[in-house]
Order: sequence, then C-alpha cells, then structure tokens
Amino acid sequence: MDDLLQTTDRGLYCQVGDFYIDPQQPVDRAVVTHAHTDHARRGCRRYLAAKPSEHLLRMRMNHDAEFEFLAYTDSVTINGVDLSFHPAGHILGSAQVRLEHRGRVAVISGDYKLGDDPTCESWQPVKCDLFVTESTFGLPVYRWQPDQVIADSINAWWRESRDAGKCCVLYGYAVGKSQRLLSCLDPSIGPIYTHGAVEKGTEAYRKTGVSLPDTTYVGSITGKHDWKGAMVVAVPGAHGTPWIRRFGRVSTAMASGWMAVRGARRRRSVDRGFVLSDHVDWESLLSAVQACDPETVWVTHGYCAAVTRYLQENGRDARAIDSRTRSEGEEDEILLNETDASIYTTL
Amino acid sequence: MLRFTQLYNSIDSTTKTNEKLEALESYFAAAPPEDAAWATYFLAGNKLKRSVSTKLLRVWAAKEAGIPEWLLEESYHAIGDLAETLSLVVPPGQFVDDISLTQWIEDQLLPLLAMDVPAQQEAITTIWKQSPARMRLVMMKLITGAFRVGVSKRLVTRAIAAQAGISADVVSHRLMGNWRPTPAFYQRLVDPNVQDTIASQPYPFCLAHPIEIEQGPQTLGNCGDYVAEWKWDGIRGQVIRRSEQSFIWSRSEALMEDRWPEIESAAEVLPDGTVLDGEILATRSSGEVLPFAQLQRRLNRKTVGKKLLEEVPVVFQAFDLLEQNGEDIRAKPFSVRRSRLESLMANIEHPHLKLTQLIKGESWGEWETMRECSRERNAEGLMLKCKHASYDVGRVRGTWWKWKVAPFSIDAVLIYAQKGHGKRASLYTDYTFALWEGNALVPVAKAYSGLNNEEIKQVDRFVRQNTKESFGPVRSVTPTLVMEIAFEGLQRSTRHKSGIATRFPRIARWRHDKKPSDANTLQDLLALLPEKVS
Repeated sequence: MDDLLQTTDRGLYCQVGDFYIDPQQPVDRAVVTHAHTDHARRGCRRYLAAKPSEHLLRMRMNHDAEFEFLAYTDSVTINGVDLSFHPAGHILGSAQVRLEHRGRVAVISGDYKLGDDPTCESWQPVKCDLFVTESTFGLPVYRWQPDQVIADSINAWWRESRDAGKCCVLYGYAVGKSQRLLSCLDPSIGPIYTHGAVEKGTEAYRKTGVSLPDTTYVGSITGKHDWKGAMVVAVPGAHGTPWIRRFGRVSTAMASGWMAVRGARRRRSVDRGFVLSDHVDWESLLSAVQACDPETVWVTHGYCAAVTRYLQENGRDARAIDSRTRSEGEEDEILLNETDASIYTTL
Repeated sequence: MLRFTQLYNSIDSTTKTNEKLEALESYFAAAPPEDAAWATYFLAGNKLKRSVSTKLLRVWAAKEAGIPEWLLEESYHAIGDLAETLSLVVPPGQFVDDISLTQWIEDQLLPLLAMDVPAQQEAITTIWKQSPARMRLVMMKLITGAFRVGVSKRLVTRAIAAQAGISADVVSHRLMGNWRPTPAFYQRLVDPNVQDTIASQPYPFCLAHPIEIEQGPQTLGNCGDYVAEWKWDGIRGQVIRRSEQSFIWSRSEALMEDRWPEIESAAEVLPDGTVLDGEILATRSSGEVLPFAQLQRRLNRKTVGKKLLEEVPVVFQAFDLLEQNGEDIRAKPFSVRRSRLESLMANIEHPHLKLTQLIKGESWGEWETMRECSRERNAEGLMLKCKHASYDVGRVRGTWWKWKVAPFSIDAVLIYAQKGHGKRASLYTDYTFALWEGNALVPVAKAYSGLNNEEIKQVDRFVRQNTKESFGPVRSVTPTLVMEIAFEGLQRSTRHKSGIATRFPRIARWRHDKKPSDANTLQDLLALLPEKVS
C-alpha cells in the first residue's frame, strides 16, 4: 500500500500518481477534498477537486492557479492511478478521494458526516482496502441529535427572542455551517441577514444551485434600522466586536459540535449553544468504518489515539497518522483564515 | 426535577448577573418550600455525603455505553467534568414522568447511601434510563457532589431576600452555620417576622479588597480615616460565646470542633453574648508569629496530640467585636467596636486570646515603611480599615483593604501541561514550571492562573503541537515558554522533588522576551529562602 498512499510532512502523498491530497504546504499537484482552508491551502500549482466545490474553491484561491474539476464518481487516471471523488456530506462539494492501483483501493474521507443535509450531497460508503478517517469528534461523548430537533430548537429560540423584542445573532463558520443553518431557518418568523463573510459563501452556494432562504447582507443596510425580530447569521469572530452593537438588544448563539460540551459553551459566552456538526460523531464514525469495511484504517485530525485503539481492540488494523488533536479554537482560526480580510473589511 | 433543571439551564446559559437573578427569583417564587430549601442548600454550595463511589459510576457508565473503561477515562479527560461525561456517554434515557426535587433527593438520592453495591448499580442505571440529557447532568452533579453553577451564595441570598421582601443581610445571616434543608427551615428563612438567634450561628464575614501594589493606598483618601494592622497569614475565624457554649467557625463556614482546644478554653472566659472576629495564629510563647507551614501541621490532623500542642501552640488574635451582651453591634463604626473590644480585652487575661495591635502611623508613607518589614514578622502585609465604617457583609468595597507586600517572583520554564476543569475543560490550562539545576529542569511549581483567555488559547495550541510525551492526562512539552511566576512564600519541603515549596504560585506574565536558557536556576530560588527556616 506504501506506494499508493503514504504520510509525509506535507500531507498524504500518492507516490505512483505523484500528487498530494490536502497538502499542508504548496506542492505541484494537489487533490483537494473540500474548500475549508485547513484542507485547501493556497500556493499549489495545480488543483483537482470535485465539481460542486468549484465556486467555493475559486472564491478563496489565487486566480492564477490551475484548476480541474471532476464530477462525483467520474474517474480520471493519473500516472496509472484511477482517481474518483465521492460525496463526503461535510459541506457543498466535499468529497472522499478514491484511489485505485493494481486492484488496491484507498479512500481518503477528508472531513465527513453521515445523514442528509439539504445543502450538500450525502456521504456514500465506498468499499476499500485502506480508509483514512478524521476523528474530530471521535469520542463516545459526542452523539448528534437528528437535524430536525436542532432546527426546531433554533427556530423556537428565534421566536422567543423575537417576542422579547430582541435580535438573534447566530454564529457558524462562513462556509458550510452558515448555509446549513440558513437551510434550518423558518423564514416565516422574520427577516434573515448575513455577515459579509457568510454572504460570500452563500453566494457561492446559490451559484452552485443550492436553494436557500432569502437573505440580506448586513452591510447593505445603511442608516437607522430596526433589527428587532431579525436573525443575523454571522461568523464566530464577530462575537464581542463593535460590529454587533448595531443590532441593539441581542440574543446570541453558536452552532457547532463543540457546543455539546458545557465548558466550550461557557467559554464562548454566548446565550445558547446548538449542537450542530458537520463531522461524524462516535457512532457514525464506527458505522462508516463498518460500511467501507477496509482492511486498514488510518486515523487523523482529532482523537486519533482513542479511535485507533478502539478499532484495534475490535479487530481492525488501525494506525494514528496525526498526533495533533483538533481543538475548538483551531476551527476558529480556520474560520479566520477562511475569511481573512473580508471579516474585517465588512465590519 | 423539571423546574430545577430549568433553573440550572437558565443560570448556566447566561453570563449576565441580572438574568441569573431573575431566574433564581422566579424559581423561588414558584417552588414549594421543601424544594426551595433543597435548592438553597445546593446553590449555596453545600454538599451531601457522597453515596456512590465515582469509580463505580465510571464502570457502570462504560458498561451502559458499551465501551471499554479506558475510553470512558479518555472521554473524561477531554470533557474535564465527571458528571457531564457520565451524562453524555450513557445513551439518552426515556423520560417517564416528573417528580419534585425533594422527592428525587429524598426517595432516590439519599437512599443510595444505605444500599449495597448491586442495589446502587440498579438504582443508578434506572436513573439513567429515565432521564433526558440535561436533567441527567443535574442529577449526576448532585450525586457526584460537584454541583457548581455560576452563582455566588451572595446572589442566591439576594434572590431569596427579594422574593421574601426582607433584607439580604438577614437572609445571609440566617444561612450561616449548619442547617438542614427542611420546609420549616425555608419558611423561617423567608419569614419577615421571626427574631431569634441560634446559639451557634456565626455572622457573615467582612472581606477585604486588595490594594494594587503599584498603585498604593493614596486613592483611599485621608490616611487619618484609617487604622492599620498586620495582615497575618493564619486562619480567619469567629469565636462565639453564647448560652454558656463556645463555637469556633472558619471563614468557609465550617464549625471547627476539637481542633483548637486552647482557643475553646479561652472562649470560656468571654462574657455570654460575645462574638469576636479574628485570626488563628501559631506563635511562640514570646508572641512571635510562626509561618503558616507550622499552623498547617495542625490542620492536617484529625485529632491534635499533646506533642503537637506543645510544638505549635495557637492564639486567637481578636481584631473585631461583632456582638456584645447579646446585641449585634455590626452597624456601629469600627472605632466604636474597636474601643469596646479594647475594654473587653483589658479585663481578660488568657494566654491564647490576644488583641491585635494597631500600627501607629501619621502618613501613608510611614505605613509603607512598616509594610516593608512584614516578611520579617511572618505577616503578609498590612490591613487598612476605615474607622467610620460598619462591619459589612459580602464584598462591599471601601471599608477593609489588604495591602500586601510585593510577591516573590522568578522566571521558570513550562514543562508539563494538563487540561483544566469546568469552564477550562478540554483546554490545557494547568501548568508545571521548572528551574535549571545544571543541565536539568527541575519542577518547582504548578500554576493555574494569571493568563488571559487569548494567552491560554496560545499556550493550548503550543502544548498540542509540541507534546513530547503523554502520561495519562499530563503532557510533557518541549521546554520553550518562559513565564514569570509570582508567589507569596517559600519553605523547604520533603514532598517536592526540588526540596522546596512555593505558596500561592501564579503566573505574573508571559516572558516572550526570554528563552528557556534565560530562566532562573534552582539556586536563585533557594537564595530567597528565609534564613530562619531551616
């Protein structure tokens, strides 16, 4: 398997095909699972990604890079390696990368979640010999509730705040989470506004053909405005900045898998925390492994050690390929990088 | 339980004091007295005796969740709160029907104490099966005894007082000491008409505010309005003599029985209806105050032996008079209380009961000079008290001030990190610092506080990216970060690898300008040891 996929300082490398998957540093040829900045780094010469991620990737990449896009399940051969993308269910255009060479198959999941999400295609199991899984929430304390339950509680909070004469500010990452949140909202409750960074991401979603409720960019409102009863979807970095003063009395909330934990919720000092994640929880991680039924599992990004040991004890060949753990704060940085200048210039 | 869970959620989901107060008030308005009594009991920080071993809770939770025990431990380290880990890890239960807080505590929680282990397991499993997530968290917090939610006892007191239409000071006083959470207790607590004192009941302690060392006391105004005393490093206490009985209370409202026999015997010479505020100190017969470490030897014992009594004799150093002839005189100005205390003490001759001395001074400058020699006397600095002020309850600014000497400080290297608890759970916030001894770094102090949230985030990231080894929850990191550690005192210790123990270590600042090689040596620290202590 070593010549098909190996771990390097720059990220996962396919030697036969001579390309990297989600490289951490600029390389000649990058295969990208999805458009979040910790996976899609700037500075590579050529990028290959799934077709539905095109608008998002172009939005944040240098324009002089060379892009190539491939529809889900279509395959291309690179130096004898067959490569195809399969939906990962993480965000719009997110893909698992399937590599096949001499009858051996490796699947790199990128970030993924199970279940339906109206803003992107659902994850599909791909049979393989080697499965590379993330483990951001790879502990049994993480157990997601059905989307509808979360959507109902978000809308209930909105209604309550509206009736109390407040404006809701709901924080989520600019690309992916925000659009999923928009799809959860019930527009009959009140008007929906977006932070500049969220608006940009939303535009890319709409261009790709995802239908979302109508939104107004906060920056387009000038002069005095009554924000009572409105819902503002913003990036977490805006919390506690002068930007939110314009909304008057607000009730704030954060939507993230980290909100399952009381400490994380309290550190944010938001009024509400909604547990809504775009990553697999413990149970779905295990069932994904079950469904792909690989001989070997590589565990990355998150609680690698715990997931690896558990899989080993349950009879699977597993290996942790990343000793770093992902923290709640780290995602904030992703978000900040993601929006770079735009977060500040659109304040 | 629904109403109490709702209260917990409301308090937990806001950072605004007013909203917490509102939530508490509406709880107390709606709850029957028996529930209100239990709620007050827990919110005020009281705990029940632990009924189930936490080890067993973990084992059972792992079994219910169908996971190995090590995975539950991993989860616990990530979450940093046992009750929360238990409630998250066990699959959600099926809520049956609601019972009151009192019913739950008296019919389900308290009986656990008398059960054998298999019966306990069955009872706990049933609780899990019948509780939705948030309610289960509250239940587990009550069972593990770690029921802490972001309200102070003061805030609870204010809510009860507002609800009952009586003064918060009265409620605060009635909540002092030992009481049982019964409906009768709660009814008495909120009754505007009762006027009685229970013999053992202490008064709420008046607390002092720190004077910033760089700022000095000048902003307090005229120094003639203040008196100064030494700030001793002992144990704050209240000595009560009522109905021919004596009681000694600690600042944490624990009744200290049989711990200070000298002081108990001293209290017997006080006239009935007397309450003194003061400090318990270890002293030599010459009157010289011993360092806190000596006093600590007496604290660590259940019973005080003859030998220890001789080696570490204690005195009660009285500095305030709160009740005289059964009359509460806290509202009188300090100067009046002080002169009454002086005349009271003038008639008492007892080797273990002393009057604290006022320090003469005509200007802030004179006191500053005196303050400089605090360490020689084993004092922490000066106390400044406003002559005209009443004895205030809770943290009222402006009447008592503590003016400590500048702490010791040393530059040390971060070598180990561990995740914090509660609000800081899952972040690396508990650090061990080391000093050089030759080419080796020897751990000297653990410090948990002093960094702001932004710095904590940075260190957390550093730890994650620079871990050398993990020992359970502890990570050793590449020695890189240098921080200035401040501490109050220093003493030799056989329990520490470095042979030395620091008192109240905390991070003074992050020395971005220093490399690990610039950090201090163990020798530098040893040089700060007071010579007298050997």
